Amino acid sequence: MSARTLADISAGEELLSVDDISLSFGGVKAIQDVSFNIMKGEIRAIIGPNGAGKTSMLNVINGFYHPQVGTITFLGKERRKMRPYMAASQGISRTFQNVALFNGMSTLDNIMAGRTLKMNKNFFWQMLRYGPAMNEEIEHRLVVEEIIDFLEIEHIRKTPVSQLPYGLKKRVELGRALVAEPTLLLLDEPMAGMNLEEKEDMSRFIIDVNQQFGTTIALIEHDMGVVMDLADRVVVLDYGRKISDGEPAQVQADQNVIDAYLGVAH
Amino acid sequence: MFYREAGQFKSTYKADQAIFPILQDRMAIAFYLAVAFIAVPIFGSDFFITSIMIPFLVFSLAAIGLNILVGYTGQISLGTGAFMGVGAYSCYKLATIFPDINIIILIIASGFFAAAVGVLFGLPSLRIKGFYLVVTTLAAQFFLEWAFIRIPWLYNYNDSGAIEVPQRETFGIIVTGASATPSVRYLIVLAIVVAMTWVASNIIHGRIGRAWMMIRDMDIAAELMGVRPLYAKLSAFAVSSFYCGVAGAMMVFFWLGAAEVESFDVNHSFLILFMVVIGGLGSLIGSFMGAAFIWVLPVILRAVPNFIGIDVNAATVEHLNFMIIGALIIFFLIVEPHGLARLWALAKQKLRVWPFPY
Ligand SMILES: Nc1ncnc2c1ncn2[C@@H]1O[C@H](COP(=O)(O)OP(=O)(O)OP(=O)(O)O)[C@@H](O)[C@H]1O
Ligand SMILES: [Mg+2]
Repeated sequence: MSARTLADISAGEELLSVDDISLSFGGVKAIQDVSFNIMKGEIRAIIGPNGAGKTSMLNVINGFYHPQVGTITFLGKERRKMRPYMAASQGISRTFQNVALFNGMSTLDNIMAGRTLKMNKNFFWQMLRYGPAMNEEIEHRLVVEEIIDFLEIEHIRKTPVSQLPYGLKKRVELGRALVAEPTLLLLDEPMAGMNLEEKEDMSRFIIDVNQQFGTTIALIEHDMGVVMDLADRVVVLDYGRKISDGEPAQVQADQNVIDAYLGVAH
Repeated sequence: MFYREAGQFKSTYKADQAIFPILQDRMAIAFYLAVAFIAVPIFGSDFFITSIMIPFLVFSLAAIGLNILVGYTGQISLGTGAFMGVGAYSCYKLATIFPDINIIILIIASGFFAAAVGVLFGLPSLRIKGFYLVVTTLAAQFFLEWAFIRIPWLYNYNDSGAIEVPQRETFGIIVTGASATPSVRYLIVLAIVVAMTWVASNIIHGRIGRAWMMIRDMDIAAELMGVRPLYAKLSAFAVSSFYCGVAGAMMVFFWLGAAEVESFDVNHSFLILFMVVIGGLGSLIGSFMGAAFIWVLPVILRAVPNFIGIDVNAATVEHLNFMIIGALIIFFLIVEPHGLARLWALAKQKLRVWPFPY
């Protein structure tokens, strides 16, 4: 298959496919022979007990980790090794399990940072902060302000992110990933550590992103209720292996999954 | 004077993107510039201009350079003194080779040599961080010091081993050498420092400055947003060293008049690092405050015993100086790690809502 653009792929067709991936760190086998795919336009959940290899899977998808075996096909293009910024330039953005904001910067600058790849005015204009460079700043500021409105964080625009409460930090991080206008958005436990109200807000944002912007989302989440509500399809990992894959109800009824979560001996 | 934002609503993002959105801040900047460009040359004594203002400006520029690297990009360097030296020796060689080219152009051009050397010694930063990077930049410092002594071509084979500033004119006015007046030298330094500070501020507030800060705060996330670590770090080393190089060239050409390797030794690297830390990491205004604190305060302290009529010998004053500055540095590191710039920002914050506590 040759490389394709997003427009060539219609909703419900394969956007990303992960084939026979194995990843180990020394003796630790983080992922073993896992395959699954993500369809354009869906919300795909990845669940599993602690240490199952979920975060490692996201790290493989966006190029932080290089699997020893297996291939990733994104937008019809197969690749084995790539740097994270290359994944970013192909349209993959993400949030982190432990919030990874730029702590020395304001909310606004953090979200502006998400536009980095779309800005290109050269050093000369940057030195003058005039003409093309200034126009570019303002043009991107408009996009950033739209996302700030969307996430209802106008009031903390100028606040240094280090001063924000945890729930808002997660929201800013989502904003930073969204302004990149990703083709595929990876969310690593976006609701961990949140109270019920914050979780509801975050769920609403995720659904809106998926429906309004048409963004394909891969989501890691521990809260089963949330997963059942949001996800179109779920893949379940346990000890680095895929143990189930399908629609939420189907997965929930799967004996393998029940055993894994109840901790039945292997 | 009322320091308020009230009533100053910004109706466009362009106005909000301005670097000093508050009117009073802009007025204050205009006031400082007027004092610096007009009052100081008219009322300042030769001693004040030559021994306080020119070195203060030169060190401020070097501190901005180091701050770009340490404060904005989170890379550490102990090679500042040597990078200033690269600027100074390049300028000296350029002035020898191209005697007819305007010296101000050569000063700026020597920054590019420093930038190139900075990039070269910045290469290890792609692989190593923190303590190990300190060691490599220290190695750069010692290697360059060695080069300044062992390559006589750099100082035109002078017996003294020193570089001596030739006399040069700009528009018929003598600007360098022994017969240049302090005011002329001061005004040139001031103009260059103001222009370069403005440029630094522009870069920092734009795409490139953000990329530097992203690398500083969270390099993995930065890479995920599309920042190439290679490009971000090396551009920071280049810009930083450019600033240090120009500062070094100005130090010799507009202040000292002649220099040997001692002017670019590791003590100077530390001196500038202290300025950056005291002034505030990641703050341009802080770079000026730090330079003022470390350079001007000792001059004042030295003058105090004389002024109040106590006769203390020079060595004692020097010791007292070390102790007071040292104690203040420790005090700042403990009480306000973000430096003078943060204290200043807090004071302004209080003033903004004064007289109401909230
Ligand atoms: N960089 C690394 N070096 C060594 N081992 C690692 C590394 N990253 C992950 N692992 C190991 O891989 C396994 C899977 O970890 P991973 O973080 O992917 O799990 P997870 O499913 O995200 O768990 P959690 O729910 O706790 O976030 C664990 O045993 C972990 O210790
Ligand atoms: Mg995880």
